[in-house]
Amino acid sequence: MSSREEITAGLAEILEEVAGVNPDDVAEEKNFTEDLDVDSLSMVEVVVAAEEKFGVKIPDDEVQNLKTVGDAVSFIVKSS
Amino acid sequence: MPGSRIISLGHYQPSRVLTNDDLAQIVETNDAWIRDRVGIATRRIASGEETVADMASAAAEKALAGSGLTAGDIDFVVVATCSSVDRCPNVATRVANRLGITAPGALDVNTACSGFSYALATADHAVRAGASRNALVIGAEKLSDFTDWTDRSTAIIFGDGAGAAVVTATADDEPTGIGPVVWGSAPEKGDAVRIEGWRPYIQQEGQAVFRWATTAIAPLALQACERAGVATSDIAAFVSHQANARIIDGIAKRLKLANAVIAKDIVESGNTSAASVPLALSKLVERREVPSGAPVLLFGFGGGLTYAGQVVRCP
Repeated sequence: MSSREEITAGLAEILEEVAGVNPDDVAEEKNFTEDLDVDSLSMVEVVVAAEEKFGVKIPDDEVQNLKTVGDAVSFIVKSS
Repeated sequence: MPGSRIISLGHYQPSRVLTNDDLAQIVETNDAWIRDRVGIATRRIASGEETVADMASAAAEKALAGSGLTAGDIDFVVVATCSSVDRCPNVATRVANRLGITAPGALDVNTACSGFSYALATADHAVRAGASRNALVIGAEKLSDFTDWTDRSTAIIFGDGAGAAVVTATADDEPTGIGPVVWGSAPEKGDAVRIEGWRPYIQQEGQAVFRWATTAIAPLALQACERAGVATSDIAAFVSHQANARIIDGIAKRLKLANAVIAKDIVESGNTSAASVPLALSKLVERREVPSGAPVLLFGFGGGLTYAGQVVRCP
């Protein structure tokens, strides 16, 4: 299982690829919408890419609860 | 056994152009937001009196005029639509009456946004079964009748219009021009797009549809290429349902179509549901962006959730 740091780094790669977010800006406390400017459709793309990268299932209902990078990391840790 | 092919196309759009700035006068939205989220700059809106059958007939007249056939040659009319207000007579018979097509098989197909590929497959199957020689296949929608102009999540998306194709049997020694259809649905996700009840408005769960479309459709479109025996590198154009520019880009990226024109009629026409594929295809052909005979991948998806697609030879 990956560490929280490794998952955060993996999410940073996805965020750069999908939404052009600077990887240096990605940290657990950052809010996807307010801090990283990820809109709702890009968030779906991030979730889909994260499912593939980390081998987890992130249901539609869960996506709205993932407000920060840390929320996503915790969900992935819990699910993997 | 003969196959079938598209020999001509035609399209019609209402004259009224609704811009993003026009919409910003009606609902809380703006041009930059709409362009970024859905990739639409303008859409056409039919007048109050103009019906789905009017638009379908106008597109069909153009397709028929370009086919070298006459109304008397047409023996089957299939109309894909989910927005005809009238339940009976169906749109297909109204089109037939308008064009002077006597005694055709005539039916409407409702699979919402995937409708044209379903209708095209239905015509192809009818020709293969010997039930038709020359068919008229139409996608036509007047979604403005079902738009809640106070709902900014849907009012910005949809438009009105129609596209039509004349499909004819191929000679025995001629390769088929309409490849095997890949069709199906995800009924468990049916609530993601709805036009429900009496005097309804269109509603959709945007994120759920986006996720489904950007993940489920590409593998199905690849199946359509495989079943037609066409390599993705040989696809000359990809005409998908014009749902959202970011969905189109997402699917195209997964398909890795190295040499294909990617239809983006959504920019000027919005999402016209079952009309979007024939409308975009007709415009590509009119602008000569695809050579005659070249393989074109069509793929529709939407309410139901339904999908259908096939590789066709460009007329």
